[in-house]
Amino acid sequence: MPDPAAPRRRSWWGDPRLRALLFQALFVVALVALAAIVVDNTLENLQRRGISTGFDFLAREAGFGIIQTLVEYSETSTFGRTFVVGLLNTLLVSALGIVLATLLGFLIGVARLSPNWMIARLAGVYIEVFRNIPLLLQVFFWYFAVLRALPGPRESLSLGEAVFLNLRGLYLPRPAPEEGFGLVLTALAVGLLATVVLLAWARRRRIRTGRPLRVGRYAPLLAVALPGAAWVLTGAPLAWDLPRLQGFNFQGGLTLIPELIALWLALAIYTAAFVAEIVRAGILSVPGGQTEAATALGLSRGQTLRLVVIPQALRVIVPPLTSQYLNLLKNSSLATAIGYPDLVAVFAGTTLNQTGQAVEVIAMTMAVYLTISLGISLLMNWYNARVTLPGH
Amino acid sequence: MGTEKHSDALPPPASGLGVVGWLRRNLFSSIGNTLLTLVALYLIASTVPSFLRWAIIDADWLGTNRADCTSGGACWVFVTTRINQFIYGFYPLAEQWRVNAAGLLLVALVAPLLIRALPYKGVLGLALLAGYPFAGYLLLYGGAFGLPVVATHLWGGLMLTLVIALVGIVLALPLGVLLALGRRSQMPVIRAACVAYIELWRAVPLITVLFMASVMLPLFFPADMSVDKLARAMIGIVLFQAAYMAEVVRGGLQAIPKGQYEAAEALGLGYWQSMGLVILPQALRLVIPGIVNTFIALFKDTTLVLIIGLFDLLGIVQQAFADPAWLGYSLEGYLFAGFIFWAFCFAMSRYSQALERELRRGR
Repeated sequence: MPDPAAPRRRSWWGDPRLRALLFQALFVVALVALAAIVVDNTLENLQRRGISTGFDFLAREAGFGIIQTLVEYSETSTFGRTFVVGLLNTLLVSALGIVLATLLGFLIGVARLSPNWMIARLAGVYIEVFRNIPLLLQVFFWYFAVLRALPGPRESLSLGEAVFLNLRGLYLPRPAPEEGFGLVLTALAVGLLATVVLLAWARRRRIRTGRPLRVGRYAPLLAVALPGAAWVLTGAPLAWDLPRLQGFNFQGGLTLIPELIALWLALAIYTAAFVAEIVRAGILSVPGGQTEAATALGLSRGQTLRLVVIPQALRVIVPPLTSQYLNLLKNSSLATAIGYPDLVAVFAGTTLNQTGQAVEVIAMTMAVYLTISLGISLLMNWYNARVTLPGH
Repeated sequence: MGTEKHSDALPPPASGLGVVGWLRRNLFSSIGNTLLTLVALYLIASTVPSFLRWAIIDADWLGTNRADCTSGGACWVFVTTRINQFIYGFYPLAEQWRVNAAGLLLVALVAPLLIRALPYKGVLGLALLAGYPFAGYLLLYGGAFGLPVVATHLWGGLMLTLVIALVGIVLALPLGVLLALGRRSQMPVIRAACVAYIELWRAVPLITVLFMASVMLPLFFPADMSVDKLARAMIGIVLFQAAYMAEVVRGGLQAIPKGQYEAAEALGLGYWQSMGLVILPQALRLVIPGIVNTFIALFKDTTLVLIIGLFDLLGIVQQAFADPAWLGYSLEGYLFAGFIFWAFCFAMSRYSQALERELRRGR
């Protein structure tokens, strides 16, 4: 009598594990073959067009100018330098955009939930208008229809003879630190550090003994008082370099080029509409019972917000918010459409055209975005693992 | 013995009823709220009437050149004289009926799909996915049945925007489904490849993908093979969009209870059978709103093709500003293009929201 537990005899392809192995092996072979064909074609094409390969071009002289550089750069700098300049410009507009989009988005998200009917409606109109119009169109609108329509330097719009706005950009006073300003900064750092340490100690003591430390409430004053004292003692060591009209243009001060302003505004206004929806969903996700329970426990209004509502809302808000920040970073590459010198415009645009080394340049550009995105994703996974409630 | 008599309830105070009550509750419930209302009213009063006067009351609508714009308001003549170009691009006038026919055919196929009560969804869907691409290609490009070829560099305007978006979604969906299945596969090599593909494409901006499609893709093909510029852009967009679509579909796959997988296996269904007959029909139904949202994003993203020299709606409007006879009408052009994009996206997002509510009710 045959053993009923013995497996039935099957042909070898009936074994799912073997079949999976075979399938994966075939997949790898196909992938490698495809890669080989592409590499072969590419090398042949490059040779035919007389384009060199490798990363030697990074050390060659670039020979073109860039309208906004955060680090030292001239036409005699290398192509490698154009990469750094472009990357920094990308990071600058992304950081500015993220700050403004967050402020605007939180404001509008809260306004959307306002008990005031009109405010809630206005916020709703803002969201529906700006998130349904392509970002590129908004960039063009701010750049070509608004900033290009501004008057020339002599008829600048001005604010208190310190801030000027005209066709060529926004001119702001530039802070010019004098001797002793370093001391103020040091005092500020020490004050902040002391505050943090003091608050952490007060918190530990409260948890251990159950009694709050009254002094702890005044700890943040340290961060104001120390640098304030240093400021007075060193005699207000900060001057302002004001922009002044000389001839046909402004000299001195801090200049924001119109390309930066247009891109910044468009990115922030567009992304804020998405941030507002995320904030609204986050706040709505905290059930009203939580607030009532906190009140029943005797927590004050501020404590309820700080200890109960915000932590739970943030758990819902932070992951999609991060992905909006990443979107903003990626969208900053629209700079190339209006000539703001970001990574894509400078490096994947001008440098690529001058060297013809498309493969290397595009790979380096993509690698930058990939590194930032994957880095933030890892951070997000860590954050999610930390804040996920057990059992969810 | 109860001898007490209830007196009739008093009516609520007049100030809490009707229009006055609504106003008090929603606009003037506190000092802060009243201030906010006044600020909002001031904002509206200072912008909306002057905008309406500029855009409608004082505007010029009819005419043939800029001399017809005399009233000082918006000059819509700029748009009306070019409306044909904005819609059809440089498509030859005599052949434009083909674009209209393709559009009507699409509407005829899609409209019954969107209305839930109508039957024959499977047949229509199949006709849309399997038959329409060929019919559409034949109508728009031509080259058979006596239709002359219209080269793709003549395509433009709203028509090109719609073509890119539709091709993008129709091809990205099956690729995205495969990628999503691969990402949840038991086979480590397949899973790793799919994860790498999805994360790579989602991490980079679409512009770099389009740059890659326009400068690098020709290098990948054999030297004697030349690929149409529009086709290259579409390849880039489809590969890019498939990664986003895969994540949407994966959400649906994860929402299907494990019991469904086990039940399909217990019935003796193989992998493709259980996916095709049991899991995917349920999962895809769940993610229709997500697919519509992806489509909205794709629709907005098609504007980026102007950077590699294709004239979609925004590209062709932008190009019209360079006409020396019509300098200085960019505001009108952007408002027109913006309104068209907005109308499409707003309608789609409303549809997606309604669908989401309906799906939630059904469960």
